[in-house]
Amino acid sequence: MTGENIALAFRILPLELWNTIYMVVVAMLLGTLIGLPLGIILTITSKGHLKSHHGIYKCLETLVIIGRSFPFAILMVALIPLTRLIVGTSLGTTASIVPLTIAAAPFIARLVETSLKEVDRHVLEAAIVMGSTTQHIITKVLLPEALPSLISVGSLTIVNLIGYSAMAGLVGGGGLGQVAIQYGYNRFNTFIMVVTVLLLIALVQGVQWLGNRAVRKIIEKRGTFSL
Amino acid sequence: MIDIQSVSKRYGALDALKEISLFIEKGDIFGIIGLSGAGKSTLIRTLARLIRPTSGKILVEGIDITQLEGKALRAYRHQMGMIFQNFNLLSSCSVADNISYPLEIAGISKEKREQRIDELLALVGLSDKKEIYPSMLSGGQKQRVGIARALASHPKILLCDEATSALDPKTTREILDLLHSISKKLGVTIVLITHEMEVIRRLCNKVAVIEKGSIVEQGLVTEVFSNPQHPTTQQFLQNSSHDLSPEFIKTLSLDGQLLRLHFRGQSAKEPIISHMMRHFKLEVNILMGWIDRVQHTTVGTLIVELKGSDEAMEKAKQYLLEQNVKCEVLNR
Repeated sequence: MTGENIALAFRILPLELWNTIYMVVVAMLLGTLIGLPLGIILTITSKGHLKSHHGIYKCLETLVIIGRSFPFAILMVALIPLTRLIVGTSLGTTASIVPLTIAAAPFIARLVETSLKEVDRHVLEAAIVMGSTTQHIITKVLLPEALPSLISVGSLTIVNLIGYSAMAGLVGGGGLGQVAIQYGYNRFNTFIMVVTVLLLIALVQGVQWLGNRAVRKIIEKRGTFSL
Repeated sequence: MIDIQSVSKRYGALDALKEISLFIEKGDIFGIIGLSGAGKSTLIRTLARLIRPTSGKILVEGIDITQLEGKALRAYRHQMGMIFQNFNLLSSCSVADNISYPLEIAGISKEKREQRIDELLALVGLSDKKEIYPSMLSGGQKQRVGIARALASHPKILLCDEATSALDPKTTREILDLLHSISKKLGVTIVLITHEMEVIRRLCNKVAVIEKGSIVEQGLVTEVFSNPQHPTTQQFLQNSSHDLSPEFIKTLSLDGQLLRLHFRGQSAKEPIISHMMRHFKLEVNILMGWIDRVQHTTVGTLIVELKGSDEAMEKAKQYLLEQNVKCEVLNR
């Protein structure tokens, strides 16, 4: 029995682990592509900032709030028509990337905004006085100054996406979540269930560890102790 | 160089600056002193065009900077450097990269930047700290980096926003001396704001006293210091020196003449008092004394009580005058 289970685990888990990683990584990249610029625009259009603009800020903020208000399970279902339009199907790993991206983007945007707003206003002022353009300030001051905090945002988002991807697995999204449902829940295969859970724990811990390590390295290099 | 013409700044009902007019010449080290809330910070931020005044003009080499926008404003800022109370260095960059920043955004090539960074580090005495991050530096060293960064693109004007207020007295003196030598060496015009008379005394050649958004007194530091007109100026001077107030002199009930003697440069080194006692048969009672540096000359002050005949007293005063010692009678 155990021998069979081990063989089964070896047959299905590597592929599904890969599927989970694939979904999370692609959704993370796409989510950052949308969320990071959104977070930057939210920051600089906020009150008293570089390009303060109440109208733009309010519009984008509303969008972010709506995006973040959806529980992921509902977002996933609500987005099925959009997913079909983009991917052609609502099943499988590639299809799961659509709701995962759309869940990640506003999450990233809001956390990026919080991180960037922690950059000392006086430092920005100094950069302005030196004749910086807004682009200089974003790329050479805001982002580098907030880097440790932005890396934390990244690892936090990945951990969240791993959780969401498992949820996507419940409705045919593929990945480790689907394994847990099919083998662990529907077929009472405790062994597969336990191995799947252990893999997820390892994945989350690995990401967290890497993120923390990167943050610590930067802080040690700069000698700053606050994030 | 900088011609500030009736500049006002209004925030709602608050007049932060009221019709301020100042003329700053090339090479001046111009100090603006005031208490917190007097408007000095608004004034220097207006010069950096972080604030646009409600009315008035600021001509810098003939160009009205209050009207500058976009590219022209950035071009003005490239000709100007600024240092800050809290240094405002980039914590994400090493000392060298902090100094490199203004050069980088001005589009200067890497080789030229490297060369300039080394020059500037030598100028501020931090050549051994090139690759260190700001958080590992002391306050004085951080301000040196700030100064190097401000001077990177060869500015004509250096604005100092309470540049020494976060530093201890010894470091303050070092930074002030550095600024003084920079002004001499590079001919940069320096405009600074402060609430400490000591800063003006050591560094500036001209001073303006600001109170409630208006300039109440201005002129050469030597003149304003020796003959302050406005009560605020007098107060600043009193706080900064250890002088005797007239009320206090009355309570001393002295029978002799109370004199304040000013020694300058060489005269501070001669045994003038002991000579005076022996030759004019006077009794000299030293009440207090101190030594100071104004504008990089040593100035000694003694407050003494003289007892003796009127004739001897007159002779003694004559002698003091010959020795280049200025003498003021404080009682009578």
